[in-house]
Amino acid sequence: MPVRVQEAAFDAGAELNAFSSGDGVGAIVSFTGIVRDTDGTLDAMEIEHYPGMTERAIQTIVDDAKTRWMLQDALVIHRFGRLLVGAPIMMVATKSAHRADAFAAADFLMDYLKSRAPFWKKEVTADGSAWVAAKDADEDALNRW
Amino acid sequence: MNVMYFAWVRERIGVPFEDVQTTAATVADLVAELSAREDRYAAAFADVSALRVALDQELSDFDAPLAGVREIAFFPPMTGG
Repeated sequence: MPVRVQEAAFDAGAELNAFSSGDGVGAIVSFTGIVRDTDGTLDAMEIEHYPGMTERAIQTIVDDAKTRWMLQDALVIHRFGRLLVGAPIMMVATKSAHRADAFAAADFLMDYLKSRAPFWKKEVTADGSAWVAAKDADEDALNRW
Repeated sequence: MNVMYFAWVRERIGVPFEDVQTTAATVADLVAELSAREDRYAAAFADVSALRVALDQELSDFDAPLAGVREIAFFPPMTGG
């Protein structure tokens, strides 16, 4: 399935291998996002989402990518719930005849998933928890496309 | 109308969703109506430039009409990826 929103962990390597088959494939690009402990205080990341809208929004973004680049397929997996440091949060992969399309489409998917898919991250530390604020730079990144 | 709240908007209002009977014509009218109702709404909606709104699971804006809308959701800017 090309779009998956799930609480369960996933194996990025196994997902990529399964995604990589197909006739005429010349290029695969993938990105995996991992829960990062920037300053050594993070216990966990809690990710909330909007069931229903999340899947629709991601599918719209994927469909948009497919109109812009020559893609054979795209894969998006995004988790929600409580994730520990080092855990995979999400991955995207793109499959094309040519690397330029695969790279550009993966970059586009990441920019749009960050700002247009209804997920909200909360950082949990020993001192409490705080919602991650959206960055102006993330919104500005959409203007590249 | 089913009204949904996510992230800190949900925390400030205190419920994830609720059924609201309203005759508000637009999103902004509904925000004004709720804000006048109780302080917790006024606190959540104090700065709507910090909020996003979805109508029937599609991103929209605060000027949008509510006619025919079944589900409305308020939330902060998204932080996926």
